[in-house]
Amino acid sequence: MREGFRSIRIDGERCQGRMACMHICPTQAIRVRKGKAHLLQDRCIDCGECVRVCPSNAILPRTGSVGDFSGFKYRIAVPSPVVYSQFGSDVPPAAVLEALRRIGFDDACDAAHASESVSIAIEEYLEHGGTPRPLISPFCPAIVRLVQVRYPQLLDHLIPIESPMEIAAREAKRLAVKEKGLKESDIGAIYITPCPAKMVAIKYHPRKKHSFLNGTVSIPEIYQTLLQALREVDPSGLQDEIRGLGLGWPILGGQVASLKEEHCLAAAGLSEAIRILEEIENGKLGDIQYIEMQSCPTGCVGGPLTVENAYIARGRVLRMVAKHGGRPSQDRERIRELYQKQFFSLPGKIPSFPLEPLDEDVGRALEKLRQKQQLVEELPRIDCGACGSPTCTTFAEDVVRGEAEKNECVFVAIDELEDISARKQKRVKKHVARARGHREGHRP
Amino acid sequence: MVAPFSRTFVIEGRNFLNAGKASTAIKGMLKELGVSPGIIRRVAIAAYEAEMNVVMYAKRATMAFSMTPSLIQIQVEDEGPGIPDIAAAMQEGFSTATREMREMGFGAGMGLPNIRKNADDFTIESTVGKGTLLTIRINIS
Repeated sequence: MREGFRSIRIDGERCQGRMACMHICPTQAIRVRKGKAHLLQDRCIDCGECVRVCPSNAILPRTGSVGDFSGFKYRIAVPSPVVYSQFGSDVPPAAVLEALRRIGFDDACDAAHASESVSIAIEEYLEHGGTPRPLISPFCPAIVRLVQVRYPQLLDHLIPIESPMEIAAREAKRLAVKEKGLKESDIGAIYITPCPAKMVAIKYHPRKKHSFLNGTVSIPEIYQTLLQALREVDPSGLQDEIRGLGLGWPILGGQVASLKEEHCLAAAGLSEAIRILEEIENGKLGDIQYIEMQSCPTGCVGGPLTVENAYIARGRVLRMVAKHGGRPSQDRERIRELYQKQFFSLPGKIPSFPLEPLDEDVGRALEKLRQKQQLVEELPRIDCGACGSPTCTTFAEDVVRGEAEKNECVFVAIDELEDISARKQKRVKKHVARARGHREGHRP
Repeated sequence: MVAPFSRTFVIEGRNFLNAGKASTAIKGMLKELGVSPGIIRRVAIAAYEAEMNVVMYAKRATMAFSMTPSLIQIQVEDEGPGIPDIAAAMQEGFSTATREMREMGFGAGMGLPNIRKNADDFTIESTVGKGTLLTIRINIS
């Protein structure tokens, strides 16, 4: 079965077919047909780039609102540490948690401490875990999906360690059961997310059946109410103390900075990620131990569902790390013990979702590839997009797959029209000549 | 019997900016054709090593990719210095790479042995001062 749920949907009413999404999509997953954008679910990797550029606000993330979770008796907000960077520098992370408790959540729990424990688990895995190398971080769902769709042979490079958001939600639920006497099914854990992709990681966890999270609410969705609530929070009476290197995870390089291992890379942006995955596929980079890979160029602070300017947010994260990063929030020995007990491990295999081949039969696929390349030669190769496919090459592929007609290309259509009018002119001229001949023949 | 599908790429020696583009294009086609990941990986490694050899040592080359439902063949014909001692070049660790090449992460002496490891059939013909012809074959299924 193919994974049918994507992190965004296109609102056909709002869509004006202006193609910004189609041109920006890094995996060519959008087509514009009959004036409306359509998502090719198999190709989409949930990066959310289309959400950023749509001029008609027609691309909607499948995140929820606080009210969607009223069915749960007890609701715990698990904010991405990115949320800490969205307000003024004088707003401490603990104030954000306190404000969340005032806008409809029964509790809010920090996830940065979970990031720190995951960093320790990664170090343990790098030391004791198996091949292959380099290992790739699996915490950006768009990167995981990119590997599933385009680089299925590299799936075993994704480090089998649970994400901080899952660890944080699991612990928060366990504590609520223990301390409040609640049933686990009565508790809803809601991730406050900087991107739509996290929704897919929750709904279709790549390695296991159930997520400990029950849904997501985006940062813009609660920004206004949170800002108001923050004004009333008294910073002197805060109960939580948020610290440790996990605070740095939202920015590119934050994961790597929290590791002792030196042979690491941090790479962000899909084109860079693709370059690195190509190199690994070519058998290179085997001397690198771990690669932190993010779909958004600045890391999660630049997610499509953030409010604050990514670079300002990055600056705040760096200041937070300088101030509170030095003191660990976790006891390294305890985390090591938990690691031994498989607390962080994800034994399941990640399924691959390779793109559908041109044809199930290799012989026919080869023939279609030949046709496709011939057609590409006939096309203008300027990737204007007027046909509704993002590039001439994808258009040729669409034609070969039977999903588009060759003369939907305006250049092909103009050639055909000129050909028709040339033939028509020829015919008319013949008639004229004949008529003239008759007339001359009838002249006395 | 259908005619094999084929496509030829030109590789320029010393052009590190475009190095790897031909093997990336070949990988892309194999993915479109639904070739299994294990085979793609072997072709990728063999094609990339062959391409980098051209970029590092030769003036220019053509890389001819052809495929039938049962066989993938990559033929790289370069204009370059040629290989004086093929048997030595096929040994792991043997390298004539310059310091610059090594600094870029190449020249570990794994190029030709790596191609041989990933190919089902691999032949080299070389004339010193003229060039080298590599023929790499990988069976499908």
